[in-house]
Amino acid sequence: MKKLLLGNEAVARGLYEAGCGFVSSYPGTPSTEITEAAAKYDEIYAEWAPNEKVAMEAAFGASLSGTRSFCGMKHVGLNVAADPLFTLSYTGVNAGMIIAVADDAGMHSSQNEQDSRHYAIAAKLPMFEPSDSSEGLEFTRLAYELSEEYDTPVLMKMCTRVAHSQSVVELGERAEIARKPYEKNVMKWVMMPGMAKKRHPIVEERTRRLVEFAENSWVNRVENGSDHSMGIITSSTSYQYVKEVCGDRFPVLKLGMINPLPEQKIRDFAASVEKLVVVEELDGIIETHCRSLGLEVCGKEVFPLIDEFSQNLVAEKLGQPKHAGKKLDESLPARPPVMCAGCPHRGLFYTLKKLNLTVLGDIGCYTLGAAAPLSAIDTTICMGASVSGIHGYNKASNEANAGKTVAVIGDSTFMHSGVTGLINIAYNESNSTVIILDNSITGMTGHQQNPTTGINLKGDPAGKINLEKLCESIGIQSIRVIDPYNLKECEDVIKEELAKECASVIISRRPCALLKYVKHPGPIAVNRDKCVGCKSCMKVGCPAISMKDGKAIIDNTLCTGCRVCTQLCKVNAIG
Amino acid sequence: METKNIMIVGVGGQGTLLASKLLGRLLLTRNYDIKVSEVHGMSQRGGSVVTYVRYGEKVYSPIIDKGEADFILSFELLEAARAAEWLRPDVGTLITNTQQINPMPVITGAVNYPEDLLGKLKTLGLKVDALDALSLAQEAGSSRAVNLVLLGRLSNYFRDFTEEEWMTAIEQSVPEKFLEMNKKAFHLGRIA
Ligand SMILES: Cc1ncc(C[n+]2csc(CCOP(=O)(O)OP(=O)(O)O)c2C)c(N)n1
Ligand code: SF4
Repeated sequence: MKKLLLGNEAVARGLYEAGCGFVSSYPGTPSTEITEAAAKYDEIYAEWAPNEKVAMEAAFGASLSGTRSFCGMKHVGLNVAADPLFTLSYTGVNAGMIIAVADDAGMHSSQNEQDSRHYAIAAKLPMFEPSDSSEGLEFTRLAYELSEEYDTPVLMKMCTRVAHSQSVVELGERAEIARKPYEKNVMKWVMMPGMAKKRHPIVEERTRRLVEFAENSWVNRVENGSDHSMGIITSSTSYQYVKEVCGDRFPVLKLGMINPLPEQKIRDFAASVEKLVVVEELDGIIETHCRSLGLEVCGKEVFPLIDEFSQNLVAEKLGQPKHAGKKLDESLPARPPVMCAGCPHRGLFYTLKKLNLTVLGDIGCYTLGAAAPLSAIDTTICMGASVSGIHGYNKASNEANAGKTVAVIGDSTFMHSGVTGLINIAYNESNSTVIILDNSITGMTGHQQNPTTGINLKGDPAGKINLEKLCESIGIQSIRVIDPYNLKECEDVIKEELAKECASVIISRRPCALLKYVKHPGPIAVNRDKCVGCKSCMKVGCPAISMKDGKAIIDNTLCTGCRVCTQLCKVNAIG
Repeated sequence: METKNIMIVGVGGQGTLLASKLLGRLLLTRNYDIKVSEVHGMSQRGGSVVTYVRYGEKVYSPIIDKGEADFILSFELLEAARAAEWLRPDVGTLITNTQQINPMPVITGAVNYPEDLLGKLKTLGLKVDALDALSLAQEAGSSRAVNLVLLGRLSNYFRDFTEEEWMTAIEQSVPEKFLEMNKKAFHLGRIA
């Protein structure tokens, strides 16, 4: 049967067809839908783990027990899971194990533009790189076979345009894979120095054998062309742009496996063309490999290291005709993302701005509190960095900033890696104030459950972490809960906690406005006779409020009736 | 057959994804190669969103580049203006909702919402087909049905697909509960 599937859904289909039985992941755009789609198959146990390291280790445990397993994450998630990654390369697997990592060239939804292919090289692991949904499915099935045959976890590298593009796939049946019994084997599974020393040569030998696989496998294919004045080596979505621009004119070496790379196949291809060009997004990894083979190649001196490619870019760089359109001769206002109308984060950030605090921020919908007019966030680095960072900031300044600084972190992010930072605050005793923005969901990545919500990935009731008790047990002395819709309460409690000479946690609790179970009171309106046009209500940056003819007006298709703006109006015009 | 390109633009939360999914389902009933490129993640929070639908004998790139779109289906006027450069000169058609949604820089007063965008787009020499999809959606029963109104309008340019085929694609794409309302919205867009 033919179906249109996202690249991510196709990988999930591949998991299903290959008999995968265990999935553990942490969400992250553009990887999330693999796990969400896998969870729809009854045959697959699938869960959200608190972070990527936990997910990868859980997937390893499942493989050890004899079940084909999977974990998925975005590029920066692989940084978090890098520790198990490097040593799992040594132990290898029992049942097959796949690790998907999704890069985000162009940074549609990310804080950096790192190229995850470096991890495959550094950890000496095979990495596939599909260029559309159909390859996503086929490569996933193949990856399990490779994983078991070569005794290695296999990386599946996605990127935004492959992960989030639907294309046509041919569905197959699920293979029933017999469990592989676990056998005790300390030489393979216990990586103490003595054993690891014996495993390392096995890894190097495996890479040598994988190069042979790369030489012969169909995943690395030559597509012939009529014009041998140029030959192009490419992979992933870059391949699609090259074909879009050049059709069948130039020979193309299309690589489906990015590590290890073949040698003879590339030499032969290079010898068959006059000029060798490598087209790859982000870093020059294939190019560097070609140079190490002593080949002359054109790559990053022409193609950018930055941003995603497109057919026009590839056409221009290859000296081919490109398309152009007609453009309005004026600069148009940008439309950056904003917190939703009714978002519980808004009232809290309004208060932080009003109190003029230094705010160490973190990653989630609440990062949008950095944008005007709230402009309340001072830093955003990576998940958890707010809580760890405020401790260093306060300690190093001898607590001189303690009454003027807070850390903000979402519930999912706190579970991911905020809690370890809080343990540091408690253990090394800094007078830090941490605000947990508990909206009962992982909002930014599209509303996934997490350990604080009491529901699991399959939608069933699950364990629920009690944030107050957790903080208390760590040793945080002052723990307060506030409603971010209540501006006075927010302000009073934040002031009180900042004045205290101890570490404190404020839990700002109200569910995300987009959750189905949340019942909103419904839109409110501005009384235009009362409104004096002072724009006080505009300070919260709500997309539902704008000015019309000198008076505020509320868009009733957006307003939820949260009444945060009502509290700002000095003449009681909103209600 | 030459690859056809439909670009769907709007504001995160307006339901552009459903429109592209529905088109994908419709096109799949013919033996086309199809690519539909979606936006997930950050920009869905009220930012500019762009979805690409491409079909033909063999489709390579998942995206549509400047000067390539046969149709742009825009859910909002400023987004139509932003996307205009992606239209194929001379042959492309820009179908747009006349609704204006202020972006944050306009709300904060940093800049103004540009004046007379429709007029300017027409002066550029683009084929513009504008309609008040929000009012029609409200007439059908919900402001959230703007996507179906616009698809209804687009369907006029795809006469080789029968109304029945469109209806089947709608049935496959929207929840049962809202089916009648969405069909009505589609119809209002189609006859508008
Ligand atoms: C290491 C890592 N993994 C995943 C992500 C993707 N990501 C960005 S924000 C976020 C979670 C946000 O959830 P929460 O903290 O609850 O805040 P909310 O968006 O609900 O306000 C995730 C998973 C990331 N940026 N870094
Ligand atoms: S999705 Fe939820 S948490 Fe995110 S901005 Fe919207 S209301 Fe706020």
